Amino acid sequence: MTSAISLQKLSKHYQVPEREAGLKAAAKGLLKRHYKLIKAVDEISFEIQPGEVVGFLGPNGAGKTTTLKMLSGLLHPTSGFASVLGFEPARRSHDFLRQITLVMGNRNQLSWDLPALDSFDLQRAIYNIPNEEFKKTRDEFIELLELKDLVQKPVRNLSLGERMKMEIVGALLHRPKILFLDEPTLGLDITMQKRIRAFVAEYNKRYGATVLLTSHYMADVEALCKRIIVIHHGKLLFDGNLSQLADKFSAFKTIGFTLDNPTADLSQFGEIVSTDGSRIVMRVPKEKTSAVTSSLLNDLAVDDLTVEATPIEDVIESVFAVKKEAVV
Amino acid sequence: MKRYLNYYLSMMRLSVLEQWQYPLANYFYMIGMIAEPVIYMVVWSTVAEEQGGMVGGYTPGAFAAYYIVWTLVRQMNIAFTPYGWERRIRNGRLSMSLLRPMHPLHEDIAFFAGWKVVMIISWLPIALILSLIFKPELNPTLLEVIVFFFAIWMTYLIRTLTLSLIGMVTFWTTRVSALFELYFALELILSGRLVPLALMPEWAQQLAWFFPFRWTFGFPIETLIGQMTTQELLIGLGMQLAWIIFCAVVLNIVWKFAIQRFSAVGG
Repeated sequence: MTSAISLQKLSKHYQVPEREAGLKAAAKGLLKRHYKLIKAVDEISFEIQPGEVVGFLGPNGAGKTTTLKMLSGLLHPTSGFASVLGFEPARRSHDFLRQITLVMGNRNQLSWDLPALDSFDLQRAIYNIPNEEFKKTRDEFIELLELKDLVQKPVRNLSLGERMKMEIVGALLHRPKILFLDEPTLGLDITMQKRIRAFVAEYNKRYGATVLLTSHYMADVEALCKRIIVIHHGKLLFDGNLSQLADKFSAFKTIGFTLDNPTADLSQFGEIVSTDGSRIVMRVPKEKTSAVTSSLLNDLAVDDLTVEATPIEDVIESVFAVKKEAVV
Repeated sequence: MKRYLNYYLSMMRLSVLEQWQYPLANYFYMIGMIAEPVIYMVVWSTVAEEQGGMVGGYTPGAFAAYYIVWTLVRQMNIAFTPYGWERRIRNGRLSMSLLRPMHPLHEDIAFFAGWKVVMIISWLPIALILSLIFKPELNPTLLEVIVFFFAIWMTYLIRTLTLSLIGMVTFWTTRVSALFELYFALELILSGRLVPLALMPEWAQQLAWFFPFRWTFGFPIETLIGQMTTQELLIGLGMQLAWIIFCAVVLNIVWKFAIQRFSAVGG
């Protein structure tokens, strides 16, 4: 199968002027400028198949948004090659742009003073969507996101979450085959996040779209993505499924149990993460899990013992803690 | 072609709807803008009266005609400024425009074209009041009216293209205001905005031929106030068309380099 998205050693480097603070340094800077090379994205390669939903993770400044911008044709790569649906994004061909969308959580394309319906109509004209198809898609999305009572209100009178839902409708009216979603649930409450997740999942199911999603909310990633790609300091750190990520980056497992005598000394078994009355949660090295579990059951009066993988948030935190020098 | 026509009509409709949200603000904006030609009109009419009723061939009535038409031409040549380019690059809106299968320039042209429809409707009563007060000598022929109609839209295109070219400097430096101020100063002198070009020294009139400014201000006004022969009218339209083609070609070349430099700052 031909990949929907393909990156081969894709890089984006910037020359950024830098100087010390102060007047003297500023005056010196007028004569001779010093530049620092920033490798925002550094030779990353991966392939995404049609219909896949992939989580694209990394801490702030890792290079996620830069990569999405290169894949959507906003930025020209410094080197390497990217292909999206067989197009070279940097060429920004109209046939390419008609098949993609980039949704950014902090951006808006809707007219602030008018009801979203008016801006939707402009999208119809921009993408040359036949009238019947446009109305069908629009009404379908409005129903899926429960926007019927809101589409006639000026956008400025909507809440952040309502606006975001409108933005998503506007960005998908042309039924793109590729969705680049950059923090689509940023700043939204839990209910709104869930609704947007459900909508993205439904869109993917209905239209077989390929989705590349960045989010700092692990719930987004867990709900939508079987596969995740982790980028850090501009380099690709991991490409696989969530459980593999935990195996690779988490050296611990979590053991929870209830103890009749919560004052007993447990330091020999592992690190106590939390205690809530008689319920104790402990973190132990992965290879010692079996031994510690046996010891707890043999040596103490333990009830309701559970062994769990480290929560994904903690795994990601340990991934993000990887130092720059360690990323090759 | 049909697709672009459809887009232009939709964008103009959206722009009209947006402007209707703030009718009072638009009116105040227009009144502020009209203060400038009214000052010029009063000053030059006074000078003409003091010099025996005429200056450089202009009577007070001719000045009134010039500056009342000026107010309409000014509405028509308002375009997306270099400051707008600077702002939309900084706030990330350009990124949104670049994701669309259409050059961002179409968005600018269509949006301001819609804006003009509202402004021209608002302008009509103001023009009527100014005419009642200043009594312009204005008797255009049908040909002059037709040429004027085309000239004011070409004026709009020339100014949009030239200002966009300056705006694109923002891709290299995010501070483009100095260049715009220089453009603005030259425009003030060489366009017929400050004073009809016929009152300028001969060398300035000659120089004005080689810049776009005259074709975005003085020429469309002169087409309507009855100072030009048919040949001059057609040459003027030809010059406007030449400037449009020239600017479009240059803009296309600059755009190709500019877009490669775009670093999508702030969005």
